[in-house]
Amino acid sequence: MTSPDAVTQIVRPATDTGALSTFTSTIRLRLRVPAKLRNLELVLLAFALAIVGASIALVELGALGSVQGPVLALGAGLGVITLIIHVALRFAAPQADPFLLPISTMLNGLGIAEIYRLDISKNLSGWGAAGVRQIAWTAMAMLLALAVLLLIRNHRVLQRYSYIAMFVGIVLLLLPMLPGIGQNINGAQLWIHVGSFSFQPGELAKIALAVFFAGYLVTARDSLSLVGRKFLGMRFPRVRDLGPILVIWLAAMVVLVFQHDLGMALLFFGLFLVMIYVATGRLSWVILGLALFIGGVLVASRLLGYVQARFESWLDAFNPKVYDAVGGSYQIVQGIFGFAHGGLIGTGWGRGSPGIVPLAESDYIIASLGEELGLAGLFAILALYLLFVSRGFRIGFVGQDDFGRLLGVGLSFVIALQVFIVLGGVTRVIPLTGLTTPFLAAGGSSLVANWIIVALLLRLSDSVRTQPQLVVE
Amino acid sequence: MDRQLKRVTVAVLLMFLAVFTSTTIITVFQVDALNGDSRNTRTLNDSYSAERGPILVNGQAIAESKPAADKYKFQRVYANPQLYSSVTGYFTLNQGNTGVEGALNSYLSGTANDQFLTKVNSILTGQKPKGGSVSLTIDPKVQQAAWDALGNNSGAVVALNPRTGAILAMVSKATYDPNLLASHNSNDVISAYKKLLADPTKPLINRAISGDLYYPGSVFKLVTTSAALDSGKYKPEDTFPNPSSLTLTGTSTPINNAEGGSCGGQATVSIADALRLSCNIPMAQLGAALGGDVLKKYASAYGYGQKLSIPMRVTPSIYTVGDTAQVQLSAFGQFEDRVTPLQVAMTSAAIANGGSLMQPTLVKEITAPDLTVIQPFQQKVFSQPITPATSATLTQLMINNVNSGAASNARISGVDVAGKTGTAQNGDGKPYTLWFTGFAPANDPQVAVAVVVENGTSFGNAVAAPIAKKVIEAVLGK
Repeated sequence: MTSPDAVTQIVRPATDTGALSTFTSTIRLRLRVPAKLRNLELVLLAFALAIVGASIALVELGALGSVQGPVLALGAGLGVITLIIHVALRFAAPQADPFLLPISTMLNGLGIAEIYRLDISKNLSGWGAAGVRQIAWTAMAMLLALAVLLLIRNHRVLQRYSYIAMFVGIVLLLLPMLPGIGQNINGAQLWIHVGSFSFQPGELAKIALAVFFAGYLVTARDSLSLVGRKFLGMRFPRVRDLGPILVIWLAAMVVLVFQHDLGMALLFFGLFLVMIYVATGRLSWVILGLALFIGGVLVASRLLGYVQARFESWLDAFNPKVYDAVGGSYQIVQGIFGFAHGGLIGTGWGRGSPGIVPLAESDYIIASLGEELGLAGLFAILALYLLFVSRGFRIGFVGQDDFGRLLGVGLSFVIALQVFIVLGGVTRVIPLTGLTTPFLAAGGSSLVANWIIVALLLRLSDSVRTQPQLVVE
Repeated sequence: MDRQLKRVTVAVLLMFLAVFTSTTIITVFQVDALNGDSRNTRTLNDSYSAERGPILVNGQAIAESKPAADKYKFQRVYANPQLYSSVTGYFTLNQGNTGVEGALNSYLSGTANDQFLTKVNSILTGQKPKGGSVSLTIDPKVQQAAWDALGNNSGAVVALNPRTGAILAMVSKATYDPNLLASHNSNDVISAYKKLLADPTKPLINRAISGDLYYPGSVFKLVTTSAALDSGKYKPEDTFPNPSSLTLTGTSTPINNAEGGSCGGQATVSIADALRLSCNIPMAQLGAALGGDVLKKYASAYGYGQKLSIPMRVTPSIYTVGDTAQVQLSAFGQFEDRVTPLQVAMTSAAIANGGSLMQPTLVKEITAPDLTVIQPFQQKVFSQPITPATSATLTQLMINNVNSGAASNARISGVDVAGKTGTAQNGDGKPYTLWFTGFAPANDPQVAVAVVVENGTSFGNAVAAPIAKKVIEAVLGK
């Protein structure tokens, strides 16, 4: 045990002195130490809010020529909600990680600024404007995150519900295929539609599945890791233990084949592989899983036109035939032109023409930001994601209970993988899929899901710090 | 679990590294190619809303961007549009650009790599980006003289400074008004363009450097004579048999001299007289004796088949090696010989400059908006097709052409003009292509010129030589 908290240092000698002094000194230190974290968070939050405010003002200066009031006022409203979350943290999770809230606030705000900028170029305003809807969704997502933070006071509660989480996750994944509420947007069947309200449940499914994976793997890891036959220097699992991975693989293939969502399939299958690897420490699971997935995708690419088209647009994007084809590489190529137009330092807020790219405010928000903020801005955004993920991984490294560690790693890895799938797709590292960039992209489902992840990571990081470090589970 | 976590951390770092790398490749290493892609409408939009630099002739703008009230902010305006259209080309919103407007677009729009610091500066100071200005080597007096002298003929005039390669005049007729294509109304531009395209006089073609190319006819005899003398195989006084008709080797097709009869009436004729009187039969014999490969070698040295940008891309002239009969034809500029007027002017310029051919260019200087020079005049030797001695001999032969030969209409009193005419056939019953090329003063060359007139019914000496004379006089200030 290397880094004993100030609290634990005090707790032990406290038995020697009077009860009252122990009590007061514990109180004093309990308040002082976390206040340091929360004060750091407040400073960072103020910084993030200042940058977001300046971004919105610069968007208006760049695109309209003068700073207007209304959107800034709405943005300030969001700022107030983040401050409420901050205050709530002081009471509900005083030792939570101080970086998570400012980073997500900043990313969310940058996304709003860019979406608003695209609204301006399309002359949209009111509820027709994606930016205004994004602000409303952000408010809702932040309040939900606050609710999660206040309701779940101990993350171990989640472990009890891991099989319910599995059920919820699978239902959420399959919901869009139900006739009546399922909706096909841009060739992918991944939305549900009730009245005028549409939602992409797959985003929420990734949380439910992370909870299920963590809970299941903590209990099943021994049977998954200790037995099996050695082959090529690696211990491969017994056939009877293959059940879960085959079920997850089947679910991924269903998403791929029936919902036409390569990105989502890759996302939650990748999440499962990483979590099973972390839990069991056996690379054979990853190799087996990757082989299954790649095999499935290769077969699908032969049988499913859309997967094949995705591969063609990826490998041969600049070919005029592929470029001009319906569902071809027009979007990829125009997005890359956007990055190139931005160059190193970008055109500046409101000065580029990101609106040329289809879905510039959702799937292609990162290309829009790349054009206006340049490679420099892009690197800054990526650094924010990297920092966010590293804070999540920290829970895995210093956490005490394996369920919490696995869940923390899973939730932060899912963000990292999603960023990679989107950016890798947009910049032609991998085939393009239709995932959203966490926090940045326009879309309520994605915002709600990612803010709930923030709440869970805040809760996990708080329990990591408040746990008495001498108690070994 | 820590070991696995460390490995997963490395995997995440690798994923981010991949994305850092891919974005860097796009925005740093591929950026020029991507911005130059014709499908990239952003580059186009940028080039309209920045103040495009002017194109200058002798300090006066012949093309400039004036503030406009519409969303593109600037309107391209051409002063003296017809006179300079073969130089400026046109600048359209999204239908492509030609001429200097097209070839130097990145400088005029301020997006060239050389202008990177200017760009950074304008970002830091908040100034609106501005393009560089391009100063041309065109001499307005010579350009006007060439324009006037060509009159209503279809054809082209190119005048070069043989010592520097600077293009003093470049006129192509029929031509068009580039202002018609600079409109911000795309429909207007497209309908104007379609009209110009359908025009039977083909106004959009810059005949001086591109288009379908012309048969050079007798002006190619300069190349044949260069090959004869410079290869050391012949001297000007060497003779050939002088029949009045020659059957091409291996065929039954006879060829004649342009004036009919033999060349000068003697039993034999010297190379000097064959050139002076522009006779086809002795040149055909000379060409066959030299061989097609030797002719091709000299043609290439003069620029045939070579890539050239002035900065517009020049269509390479063509010399093809055929069988003996075809070599005989090619030696006096028929068969598959095809040239641009610029190529013909370059031949004269090389002879004028002691055998050293300077690279032709239109660009005197490119300057940034703050007047710093981005690209100074680039004087460059293109090739050395013949030795100074050969050039001196050829110069004397060309002076004789004008003083006592077939190019008499280019004579200027008090100045030795070196010249060569041509009357190329375009097939039975079709009008001729009339040529004159030469330089002056012969002892101190200031200008090399090539004139071509299409649809001729008489001879090069009658139509093209007087036009060249006026251009030369404009250069010499007569």
